[in-house]
Amino acid sequence: MIQFDAVHKRFPNGTTAVHDLSLEMPEGGVTVLVGSSGCGKTTTLRMVNRMVDPTSGTIRVGGRDVLEQDAAELRRSIGYVIQQSGLFPHRTVLDNIATVPLLLGWGRRKARARAGELLETVGLTAEAGKRYPHQLSGGQQQRVGVARALAADPPVLLMDEPFGAVDPVVRTQLQDELLRLQKELSKTIVFVTHDVDEAVRLGDRIAIFRTGGHLVQCAAPAELLARPADDFVADFLGAERGLKLLSLTTLADVPQAPAPEGGTWELVLDEARRPQAWRTEDAEIPVRPLRDTDSLLAALNESIASPTALVARVDADGVLTGVTSRAEIHEHAGETHSAHSTAGAAV
Amino acid sequence: MSIDWSWIGDHTDDLTTLTLSHLQAALSAVFFGLLISLPLAVVAHRIRPLRGLLLGLSNVLFTIPSIAIFVLLLPVSGLTRTTTVIGLTIYTLVVLLRNTVEGLDSVPAKTKEAAKAMGTRPFRTLLTVELPLALPVIMAGVRIATVMSISLVSVATYIGDGGLGQLFTDGFQRNYPTPVIVGVALTLLLALVADALLVALQYVLTPWTHRKQRAA
Repeated sequence: MIQFDAVHKRFPNGTTAVHDLSLEMPEGGVTVLVGSSGCGKTTTLRMVNRMVDPTSGTIRVGGRDVLEQDAAELRRSIGYVIQQSGLFPHRTVLDNIATVPLLLGWGRRKARARAGELLETVGLTAEAGKRYPHQLSGGQQQRVGVARALAADPPVLLMDEPFGAVDPVVRTQLQDELLRLQKELSKTIVFVTHDVDEAVRLGDRIAIFRTGGHLVQCAAPAELLARPADDFVADFLGAERGLKLLSLTTLADVPQAPAPEGGTWELVLDEARRPQAWRTEDAEIPVRPLRDTDSLLAALNESIASPTALVARVDADGVLTGVTSRAEIHEHAGETHSAHSTAGAAV
Repeated sequence: MSIDWSWIGDHTDDLTTLTLSHLQAALSAVFFGLLISLPLAVVAHRIRPLRGLLLGLSNVLFTIPSIAIFVLLLPVSGLTRTTTVIGLTIYTLVVLLRNTVEGLDSVPAKTKEAAKAMGTRPFRTLLTVELPLALPVIMAGVRIATVMSISLVSVATYIGDGGLGQLFTDGFQRNYPTPVIVGVALTLLLALVADALLVALQYVLTPWTHRKQRAA
């Protein structure tokens, strides 16, 4: 667990980057720090591994005050991923990943062997290990950055806008990968971003900062979206925050009915009973079937696009299980929202 | 003006000795120049106020005429190889210092920051991150310093040294062109070979600079 207790950071030029911050980042969870630039989120992150030291207050990682530890040794015990990866251009990918193990004195063989394992963990080939960073794509470089941070198996990972410089498609992939890795590894992750959608996707807790280094609200994503503490938070989350809330709820609890027989539109299935399209005599509209793990937001979107206002539901193999109507989804969406808005929970 | 080929044949041993002596003087100068420049460049790179002072000083030293430097050094080290090497070393400083500082400046802040955040201590960062990344710019300086030194060694003929430069005085005094032409040719050859070897050395030392982008 990472604990901030009454932490202040004022820079020599007089600007206050972080103002009286008390915050707990739970063990094994992802805490996302969001806010516009200059709100102190990056400074907060950098105080965890002493890249910046606080002016006053204490920061504890795993119960130990960071200021009482040797800075270099502390940093080796905490994984760090930065934007545009910050890889060493003169070292091969494998040697980049082996950086911290080598600093810890593992020896070259063991460090490289570990780096080899991590290549696989982050979805890169062994061949990529022999290349230099500039020979990889932006997304691949970012994966190497994550592998490098994980090399010495640190309990804590600091990620400073790690996916800020890659295109949206790759970013979504990297986010998925991170979620998958986190399921396996359960690291305590501090993640800085200015992208609300990214925060909602990745965070177990989201801390919203306001210019001047004030923490405004720290809560689970659903709670934050349903009950923003003030107008600043509501504005920051954006006008579609209700929809974002729907992105956090899955379709699993929404009832389904058998697919309609007859009618103007017919649901076309292939031999394996996988939905293909809605068809009338003169038109055919492709259908995007949804699984129980898909979000209510995706269902809402699909129901709007569907000519019958029905969403086709499938099992894990893509086989039709039933349909759900737009009305049903609407109703469920409304219930979800009111449930979150009224549920009593402490910040 | 014609070349007396038989003179060359009669003097191969002398020419070999002079060439090696010439090369040794030039390389010593570059070696000591690097030895002095590297720490000074690190200081100039890290401590901004000293940067202008050190670079300015090396510029001023460079403007002193070479013969004057040798004359000034005579009371200190006399008519020796030491005087030659000291004089040449002073000239290498201007390029070596400047290029090393610029090389260190060229290391991306992000990379240094990453090294620090991984838990690398400053001295190790210098040795394993900053200097390797500065190497292409430093090597450019080493190449200039080497070629410059090879051409300057001849000036030390005035203090009784000068490697291949001795062939020039010999030829002028006897109004006999062959040694002069041979001296010029060997100096040129030496400079070209030394430069080519340095290019090869840099190629070996900086493999990351010449791998093609994103092989498929």
